[in-house]
Amino acid sequence: MLNEIAFLAPTSWYIILSAILFALGVAGVLIRRNAILIFMSVELMLNAANLAFVAFARTFMDLGGQVFVFFVMTVAAAEVAVGLALIVSIFRTKQSIDIDDLHQMQG
Amino acid sequence: MEALFSLIPLILMFPFAGMLINLFFGRRLMVHRDSVTPGVLASLMAGASFVIAVLMFIGLLASPEGASVPLFTWMSLGSGSFLLDIPWKMKVDTLSVVMMLVVTGVGTLIHIYAIGYMHGDIDEQINKRGLDEAAAFDFKRRRYSRFFTFFNLFLGSMLILVTGDNFLMMFVGWELVGLCSYLLIGFWFDDPGKGILNSSAGRKAFVTNRVGDFGMLIAIMLIFWSFGTLQFDDVFARAECMKTEPQAVCLTRSAEEITPAGGEGEEGEGHSALSGVLARLKPSEGGPEGPFATLIQIGPFALTLTVVATLITLFLLLGATGKSAQIPLFVWLPDAMAGPTPVSALIHAATMVTAGIYMITRSNELFAIAPVSGTVVAVVGGLTGFVAATIAVAQFDIKRVLAYSTISQLGFMIAAVGLGGYIAGIFHLATHAFFKALLFLGSGSVIHGMEHGHHHASHEPDTGHSHDHEFDPQDMRHMGGLARRMPITTTVYIIGALALAGIPPLAGFWSKDEILLDASTNNFLVYILLTIAAFFTAFYMGRQVFMVFFGKGRSEAARHAGESTPVMTVPLIILAVLSVLGGLMNLPFEGAHQLGKWLEESVRFAHIAGFNPSVAAISTALALIAIGLSWLVYGRKPLGEEDRDPLYGAGPVFTFLNRKWYWDELYETVFIRPYMRLGKWLADTVDWRFLHDFVHDSILAEAFKGWGLILSKPVEAGVIDRAVNGVAQIIDGSSRGLRRTQTGYVRNYALAIGAGVIAILLFIILRLL
Repeated sequence: MLNEIAFLAPTSWYIILSAILFALGVAGVLIRRNAILIFMSVELMLNAANLAFVAFARTFMDLGGQVFVFFVMTVAAAEVAVGLALIVSIFRTKQSIDIDDLHQMQG
Repeated sequence: MEALFSLIPLILMFPFAGMLINLFFGRRLMVHRDSVTPGVLASLMAGASFVIAVLMFIGLLASPEGASVPLFTWMSLGSGSFLLDIPWKMKVDTLSVVMMLVVTGVGTLIHIYAIGYMHGDIDEQINKRGLDEAAAFDFKRRRYSRFFTFFNLFLGSMLILVTGDNFLMMFVGWELVGLCSYLLIGFWFDDPGKGILNSSAGRKAFVTNRVGDFGMLIAIMLIFWSFGTLQFDDVFARAECMKTEPQAVCLTRSAEEITPAGGEGEEGEGHSALSGVLARLKPSEGGPEGPFATLIQIGPFALTLTVVATLITLFLLLGATGKSAQIPLFVWLPDAMAGPTPVSALIHAATMVTAGIYMITRSNELFAIAPVSGTVVAVVGGLTGFVAATIAVAQFDIKRVLAYSTISQLGFMIAAVGLGGYIAGIFHLATHAFFKALLFLGSGSVIHGMEHGHHHASHEPDTGHSHDHEFDPQDMRHMGGLARRMPITTTVYIIGALALAGIPPLAGFWSKDEILLDASTNNFLVYILLTIAAFFTAFYMGRQVFMVFFGKGRSEAARHAGESTPVMTVPLIILAVLSVLGGLMNLPFEGAHQLGKWLEESVRFAHIAGFNPSVAAISTALALIAIGLSWLVYGRKPLGEEDRDPLYGAGPVFTFLNRKWYWDELYETVFIRPYMRLGKWLADTVDWRFLHDFVHDSILAEAFKGWGLILSKPVEAGVIDRAVNGVAQIIDGSSRGLRRTQTGYVRNYALAIGAGVIAILLFIILRLL
């Protein structure tokens, strides 16, 4: 019932939004110097992917997309946990989380 | 009688067995210092050979054609008509048996003589070197056995020469006797003082002989090229055949197939008896006379038979002049007197030097085809006889006189065979062997006597002569009056001298007279030369006898000389008897001529000479006049101790003769010095400075070093090193470049990831479109 009277936004708008979010995320990863902000950008990219999943799940009435979002969120959470642990230990070493200061493994 | 002929190999076996035994066991056989065992053994072997020779003689009395006893095939090369088939066959025919008898007979006597002589000679050497008891014994053992080893080897070699059935076997013997001559002349090569002279004399003999051998080899090669074989019988048969038929036809025939026109239906024995067959064919029945125009192919040349035969015989003559000491190759024989006296007697008087005459006699068929060569041979012989006789007149060494006398007498023999008087030549060969051996052995006895006297004199307190005084026991000027001190030697020596001078009825008269007879009828120039030579012969023998044996001793040595032991005097006596009776071999009267008839069996062109009383009378008269002259000069008023030889009165003529017509000096200037200079130049300039210094050091070594430098610097360092290092540098550079992507900045890596993703997406999207 909800499908017939509600005005559904076309799927392409969702995908475009997802793409924009993803691009913003990529830009953030590439531009930002603060490690935490890079993680925030990575979260943004992951969520953009989630959005795309959900949109397609609604379009094709496939619950697989919905389920996969759960996986992505779990992975994102785990990744953040590990990443933040790494950042804390880096801070303890170099007193800075500016990634431009981390260039010792160079040739 | 066939069986007797098959014993002939023994004649070689005995001397060689003796040689081997003396070689290996000789020293052991001499148990004490005066032991004579090696000498006796050698003499026994020589005697055994003589017995075999006598047996051959007896066999030939029954069947005069003789035989060829084969031993084995030495080599067999080629095929068809140019088959070089050299079997070792031993030829028993009348000519070779005569030679065998002379060689072994006189050889045995000289061996016996040498038994005693060598003891004395070695003792002389021991004294000269001052050896002590043990060293002296060892020295004597070595040298004594060594001498008899060589002596037996010589006898065996000479027998190979005379029993050879073909030219090559004869040449083998020819060379071997040359070797023995060298070994024996240089026997005292380490004599303190004279050693170098002895070995130079040996070398001179060998080298001069070699020049003759060169001629002989060319002759042998020409014979093979012309006749396709080297067997005597076959060569002569083919030569005879080629007088009438072309070469190609004759080359296929062998001796057995060619029978004379008369046709001897029956043969005593079935074997090849060509020498007998052809010999029964008198020269006048032999076919056409005169120059033979049959063409013979030798390599690219086609020459007539006469020309080829002339060439062959002239080269054979060259060989004969070397071995038989004729002009121009006689210079070795006087120097060869440096060897011990038995050597001089055996080799240089009786046997080796007669090889040339034997060879020419053996090749009489070839000489018959080439009459020009015969004249050349005769003139060479005549000239040599004359020149040598004149030199002998002016010599003072007793052995030198005899040496030149030998050369002169060999000239007689060569002249005889050149004129076709083969029987005369061989007859004189035999008689000359008797009396010349006698004279040499006699001179050895004299020399030993002089050395004895020298010792005795120096040991007496009142003579005042020191032992180291320069004493030459062979110088006739120091002799004199030896007749009283050495009677046996004197007697036999005079007999020998008279025989040599040609006084009837001794042996030398008959043989020399036959030669003179041949010369008087065939070639007047040669007759004159030989007659003058005979005159001088008698003169210098008289001079020698008077100087040595008569008058008063001219030195202490002569005054104290002593006679020799019987082991030396008995052979002398035997030889003296032979010198007296030897003429009976071939008296020139009807019914006699034993040797002539004997030799006719083998030597086809031999002819029996007659007897010309006027020739005989002239030669005898001249000999008597010469002896009378020598008595006038030397006998009537014997030379005193300080007197000079009256012949010095002839001034420059005497000097010319005394210095041997300056022959050696001529050779020295013309041949030897330029040769030595050439050799020195080749060694110093060509070999050392050019090849060694220039080519080797400057060119080859420098090129090698330069090449090494090229390889090391530009090639090794420039190219190879740069290539290898370059590879490393490329890698280094590229890695340096590539390393710049590893910045360590995470944002760069993230950018790279992003760019890569975009590229892949673009690729996929565009592909799908």
